[in-house]
Formats: sequence, structure tokens, C-alpha cells
Amino acid sequence: MISIYTRRRAANFTIMSLSLLATAIGLMVLFLILWSLLRHGLPAFSVNFFTKNTPAPGNVGGLLNAFYGSFMMTLVGTVVGVPIGILTGTYLAEFARGSYLAHAVRFINDILLSAPSIVIGLFVYGVMVVRMGHFSAWAGAAALAIIFVPVVVRTTENMLTLVPAGLREAAVALGAPQWKVIVMVVYRAAIQGMLTGVMLAVARIAGETAPLLFTAFGNNFWSTNMNAPMANLPVVIFQFALSPYADWQLLAWGGALLITLAILALNIAARLVANWGSFGK
Amino acid sequence: MHSPPAVAAVGLAPHAMRRQRLGDTVFRGLTQVFAIGVLVLLAGVIISLAAGAMPAFRKFGFFGFLLSDAWNPVKDNFGALPAIYGTVLSALIAMVLAVPVAFGIAIFLTELCPPVLRRPIGMLIELLAAIPSIIYGVWGLLVVAPVLQTTLQPFLIDTIGNVPIVGALFQGPPYGLGMLTAGMILAVMVLPFIAAVIRDVFMTVPAMLRESAYGMGATTAEVVRAIVIPHSRVGIVGGVMLGLGRALGETMAVTFVIGNAHHIRASLLAPGTTISATLANEFTEAVSDTYTSSLIALGLILFVITLIVLAIANFMLWRLSAKEGA
Repeated sequence: MISIYTRRRAANFTIMSLSLLATAIGLMVLFLILWSLLRHGLPAFSVNFFTKNTPAPGNVGGLLNAFYGSFMMTLVGTVVGVPIGILTGTYLAEFARGSYLAHAVRFINDILLSAPSIVIGLFVYGVMVVRMGHFSAWAGAAALAIIFVPVVVRTTENMLTLVPAGLREAAVALGAPQWKVIVMVVYRAAIQGMLTGVMLAVARIAGETAPLLFTAFGNNFWSTNMNAPMANLPVVIFQFALSPYADWQLLAWGGALLITLAILALNIAARLVANWGSFGK
Repeated sequence: MHSPPAVAAVGLAPHAMRRQRLGDTVFRGLTQVFAIGVLVLLAGVIISLAAGAMPAFRKFGFFGFLLSDAWNPVKDNFGALPAIYGTVLSALIAMVLAVPVAFGIAIFLTELCPPVLRRPIGMLIELLAAIPSIIYGVWGLLVVAPVLQTTLQPFLIDTIGNVPIVGALFQGPPYGLGMLTAGMILAVMVLPFIAAVIRDVFMTVPAMLRESAYGMGATTAEVVRAIVIPHSRVGIVGGVMLGLGRALGETMAVTFVIGNAHHIRASLLAPGTTISATLANEFTEAVSDTYTSSLIALGLILFVITLIVLAIANFMLWRLSAKEGA
């Protein structure tokens, strides 16, 4: 009898230790990545890094044009993506709960959420770059917007669903039309959660590389023309990290560190915002 | 809230009421247009890729393209088999490595972890998912691959490499870059997604069931095996499929570490390629129309594969939440 009991205890101890080990592995990988980034990336930070454009190998330079390009394309992607995402999420949560169309849209949206981003790049290449005849920052921003929308649709719908029906009913009882109920009562109640979704979506597109490769392409020079190829941080990191030049690799590490810090900060901020909300998890 | 709100509001003039109702129609229509836009987008992606892929399929034949291992830009002769093989194999390696660890994390977070630490640790694991794939690529190429080349890979070659049959998977020189490295990096990337889904479905197991098992004297491991896992089977499959879908389509991390060779090799240590890595490396350099079309055809194949996997994943998870709601 004792032997069975001991064996069960031993099995339990082994399995629980393994689960502890698994968690330790997950956390260790996170810290290893951050440590590598800090060790290799910090030496790249200098005044030139933030004030000069991408150099030829062997020359002094920085990533200024790439910062600008990434910022502009993320901004445009966000400005286009937010209204589309929020309105679609609103339709799912407020107008079409339980309808066939809503089920179909939700299903497809969840698929697009995880669809390979490089395929989105191919799509935008086909419909924009080929027609315009050249790569452009507009095409890059469009690809980012397509990746942005599903994230916001998902979070908006979830957050609106969490708003208690009593709030809507109270507003309707006062004679408010439905659009006023949604815009002035429901949105206001869910604003923190929706903001979290938008911030997470910005973090997602800020680091996207694959869809920009054949849309925005890249540019070694300073360019503010949205209708022309534009440098951007992820593609520069891709190009420089794979190069054999030590100074390019250093810049790639610096860019990688900066982009990771920005995205992790956005993620943490998004979670803090969510926790202030009354309906967030 | 499904029926239109009562319009008999007190003190509202008829023209104001009409305006309010017009506002409702416009707002509803607007949201509906964008919702339908999501469906149109998916259709658009498929149609546009299919149109771009047509010349390649016409030239090589659908199955001719699918099953050929040729990749010769000079002679304009292309086939998808090595890329499909690499895509599936690297994703499978990733799942073999990531799923057990994800289970461990989920068990730790739901059964073992002190409640105070649950959120911080869960959040740190989720941050792993927030790191962009290009960072994994740079890290894999410049940090992980050289370490693997001098430690794990020679060890595998000297030990398992000598075992008959299985040994074929671990033979040849340690390149550092290759299928195994790509699979390992992919495993790290999909780990947080799978762990988060499994944790969430573990959480849905009713406390009553758990407590009953504990009350009968079951150990934590027995509760997990006999109660928690059977109860959340559908959700687990959904989470694993979701991770698989991500792994199949992942681009940048794989592009850095897979070695980019259009071959099918028995050894997991040998370089290979995936559909996404081929696209990332070659699309802007494709000179002939057949070349471009072949690459778009690869993209279409990838999209269809991931669509099927993700559709199954979402169906599983949807069934779970439907059951929960009932």
C-alpha cells in the first residue's frame, strides 16, 4: 500500500517539477533575448544613430530615415485601421449578434488575425504595387492597415460585449436612438478596453517586416515621399543583420533593441490601461 | 436591444425623430459595410493570389508544380515540393518541441502557481509573443545558431546520429543553420500562443470537478490527467492548431535561420527552405514572369494550408465557447 502511495507522490512531484521547468524555460528565453539585445544593441546607441541616415558599409551613419519611415507607415496604418476595425467590431457586437453574417465575419476575422503576414504583402503587391508600377510607402501602410484591422475588430467586439445590457437599456428608455446609445454610452463604457486593443495592434504592426518587403521595399536615403519606396526599421534590420559588415550588423542590433523596447513598452502600457478599465479582465 | 429603440420619445418633434432614425440607418449601414469588407478582403486575397499564380500552374500543371522539386531560375523551371516540405517539417518540429512546454506552463499557471504570481508570470509569457519575429530571426542567426553549431548539433551527430534508421535525421556536418534551428526558433515563437490558449481552457474547468477529485485523494498530477485535460480536450486541440497555423506562416524568423536551400534532405541538420522564406528572399529579385508567378503560387499554397489549419482551430475553440455558453 505504501509503495503505491509513494509512487503516486513521486509521479506527482515529477510532473509538477517538469511544469515548473517548462515555465522556467519560457521565462529564461525571454530574458536571454532581452539580454542579447541589450548586450549587442546598446553599443550602437550614439548621436549618429538617431540623427544620420543608413550608411554605405564602412561609413558612419544611423537609422534616422528608417525611424521616420516606420513611424509614418505605422501612423497611416493605424489611422486607416482604427475606424474600420472599430466599426466592424461594433457591427458584430451591437447590430448582428447571433446572425449568420456576424458568425461568418467573426470566423473570417479570426482567421485573418493569424494569417501569414507575408501573404498580405503579396496581396498588396498584386493590387497596389503592380498597378502603380513602383514600390511605395502607401502600399506598405495599406499592408499594415490590413494586419491592423482584425486585431481591433476582435478586441472591440469583446469589449463591447462586456458592457452590461442595463446601460444600453437605460439609454434607450430615455429615448436615445441606437447610434447615440452606442457612441455616447457603450463606447464610453468600453473605451479603456478598446484603447488597449488599438495599442496592441500598433505594437503588432510596428514590428511587422514580411508585408513591407515587397510593398514599401526600402530606401537608403532620406525620403518623405509616401508615393516612393521608403526605408523602415524592420526591413533595414533584415538587410543589415544578414550582411557581412560588422558596422551594419551593429546598426541592426541597435534597431532591434529599440524596436523591441518600444513594442514591449506599448504592450505593458496597453495592459495597464486595460486594468484601469471597469470591464477589462 | 435587438429591436429598434422605442421612438415614442417624449417631446420629440416628428422631423427630429426622422433624423434620429436616419442616423440609426446610416450608422448601422456603415458598420455593416466594413463588416462585409472583411469577407471581401479574404475573397480578394484568394482571387488576387490565384490570378497571379495562374501562369505558373498553366505552365507546369497544378500537380506538376506541387510535386516537382525543381528550382532553377536560370532555366525558368520551378516546383513547390521542397518549400512545402520545409514549411511542414519546420512547423512540425516546432510543435513537437513547443506543445509539451506549453502544457507545462499551462499546468504551472493554473494548478501550481501562487495566485499572486499568476498574472505577472502569465504576462511575461505573453510578452514573448509580442516580440516581433524579425527579432527572433536576428537572435537566432547571430546568437543561437553559432551556439547550436558547436554544442547541441555535434552532440546529436555523435549520439543519435549513429543509431540506425533514426540516425539519418541527425547526420552530416553541423551547419548551425537548418531545419532543426528553424524549428527551435519557431517553437519559442508559438509557445506563448499555445500556452495562453491551453491555460484559458484549463481555467474553464469547473472548480467543482477539480475539488471533487481532490476530495477523493487525487494528487495534482492525477487531477490534471483525469479531470482537467479530458474536460478541455477540444480547446487544447484548438490551441495547438492555432500554434501550428502560426508556425506554418511565420516568415522572418525562419528566413534568417533555415539556410535557404531548395533541397529535400533526410537530415534535420541540413539547410532547407520554407514557402515564406522563399518569398522573403526571392520575390523582389524574381526577374521573369514565370518566376514571379511561381512565387505567388507558393504564396497561394501557403495561404490555403494555413486557412485550413486555422479554420479547424477556430472551429474547435468556437465549439468550446458555444458549449460553455449553453
